[in-house]
Amino acid sequence: MMNTIIRVKNLSKRFGDLQAVDQLSFSVSAGEVYGFLGQNGAGKSTTIRMLLTLIEPDEGEIEIFGLNLRQHRKEILKRTGAVIERPDLYKYLSAFDNLRIFARLSGMKASRKQLMDQLEMVGLAERANSRVKTYSQGMKQRLGLACALVHDPGLIILDEPTNGLDPQGIAEMREMIIRLSRDGGKTLLVSSHLLSEMEMMASSLLIIDNGRKVAEGKLDELLNPKTALVELAVTDARAARQLLGQTDWIHNIHEKTNQLLRFEMEKSRIPELTRLLVSSGLDIQSIRPVHSLEEYFLAQTGK
Amino acid sequence: MFITLLRIELFKIFKRPRTYIAFGAIAMIVLLVQLALKVNGKDFIQLYTDSQSDTFEIPYESMNNGYFVCVAVLHMILIHVPLLVALIAGDMISGEAGLGTLRLVVGKPIGRTELILSKFMASTIYVVMLLVWMAIFALFGSILLFGSGDLVVFREENMHLMNQQDVLWRFFAAFVFAALALTTIAAMALMFSAFSENSLGPIVATVCVVIVFTIVQQLKVPLFEQTINPWSFTTHMLGWKGFFYVEKTAEGVTIDGSVENPASLVKSAGVLLGYILLFLTVTVQYFKRKDILS
Repeated sequence: MMNTIIRVKNLSKRFGDLQAVDQLSFSVSAGEVYGFLGQNGAGKSTTIRMLLTLIEPDEGEIEIFGLNLRQHRKEILKRTGAVIERPDLYKYLSAFDNLRIFARLSGMKASRKQLMDQLEMVGLAERANSRVKTYSQGMKQRLGLACALVHDPGLIILDEPTNGLDPQGIAEMREMIIRLSRDGGKTLLVSSHLLSEMEMMASSLLIIDNGRKVAEGKLDELLNPKTALVELAVTDARAARQLLGQTDWIHNIHEKTNQLLRFEMEKSRIPELTRLLVSSGLDIQSIRPVHSLEEYFLAQTGK
Repeated sequence: MFITLLRIELFKIFKRPRTYIAFGAIAMIVLLVQLALKVNGKDFIQLYTDSQSDTFEIPYESMNNGYFVCVAVLHMILIHVPLLVALIAGDMISGEAGLGTLRLVVGKPIGRTELILSKFMASTIYVVMLLVWMAIFALFGSILLFGSGDLVVFREENMHLMNQQDVLWRFFAAFVFAALALTTIAAMALMFSAFSENSLGPIVATVCVVIVFTIVQQLKVPLFEQTINPWSFTTHMLGWKGFFYVEKTAEGVTIDGSVENPASLVKSAGVLLGYILLFLTVTVQYFKRKDILS
């Protein structure tokens, strides 16, 4: 079985003065939910559009399913399904007609039963004949997903799939994504600026900022690295900084306030840190490894 | 895949309520003209025959037949139909960009050239259907309401008289020529549509171009007559009229099956075809390289 589904190498795209994507490289393995995280305007959508041949890269190479995207565009897109940003569909057509159109565009001659089954899967079978303009945002999102999945693609690319959804819609979308990967064996590339969402569904993560890769790896490794970011609250941050600065196992010490320090160290040495501070007579209020994705993201992007 | 794309495009066109505006408008205008000519046909003909009415007696009743009414309708309508064509063709790409579906479509395993050609072909089929609709109402409807007879066509100070047995093929040829002319408009609207991300711009641009060139053509000043008009598509769009201008013998008798200036008809058709090819080439070349950002 092929292990790497997407391989991107040194991808760049510039719009006028704006370097939207800058020498971006990453790879997505088969069967994983690959989170693509970045703030609005970080370059996520531009990258996704390049993966779908909507935008021509200035530089770089894209391989999907082991094939060069430029040379095997149709073959690759036949095996790919995507929802890009909003699930914009033909509002004057019914859900059934939309689904039939996108099935045919994907090269599939679907029977009525197949299409209805697909609508059933996303819970829209009862409204199959209603015009899309009468749908709620959540229903449109689910229909968009049905259109992306109708031809049973191996790779599914979802750009901000939870945008505009209510909490229940977000939870349903998340469950669907996890189910597609876990039960369906699909590979999913999911972009989002919602860190909490990524934490709950992604197995691997790419963080980008200003079009550049900031970090990439398994979620567990990113959240629990050997070297952790530690936040220390003490009564006298300046004295603590001086003390810690003398060690060779604490790095990048940053005084956030006069009672709060942030630095990097091996997590296994936290007990040693505690002993050092106590023996030096410093009053510790808390020692906390920074482990949430949000904190990790903010630390990595310097925001 | 092209046939699939064409079927999808046609399905989308004929599922939109706006498509039927054109059909409704044409039916209404034709009916209004027919009503006007039924009630005041004599007055209408007198407008054109004032100068000849002293020389010989004008048979108003027999002149005001279905064929005559159809030619009158075509004169009045065909100049405005480009607007109706632009309404659909100008929306073909930009409408999808505005709706947000263009990115979903282009991200599918289809060629961009195929997509453009299918959209163009769908616009052409729409144009043909519009003209078939017009033919049904304007020609067959008028024959039904006014009966048939010999056709008289006025051209400035001249009249062209055609036997009723020599008329139907002329209408058929005129409708085919009008289809070519309106396809030129469709190709231009499609080209503007590729450059825009909202439907209004291409529709307005198309109508503006048609208006500007029509005004330039109607000015009839040597500057434009010698430079722009010979190559302006609006000049050649009116070529359909040529099928109703007949050749006459030295005695002034109409020669059945003839047209006055066949070379001019061929030239007009060639110029229009050239424009269609030009507009399509620009559209395809631009769209193939376009970054889809909508």
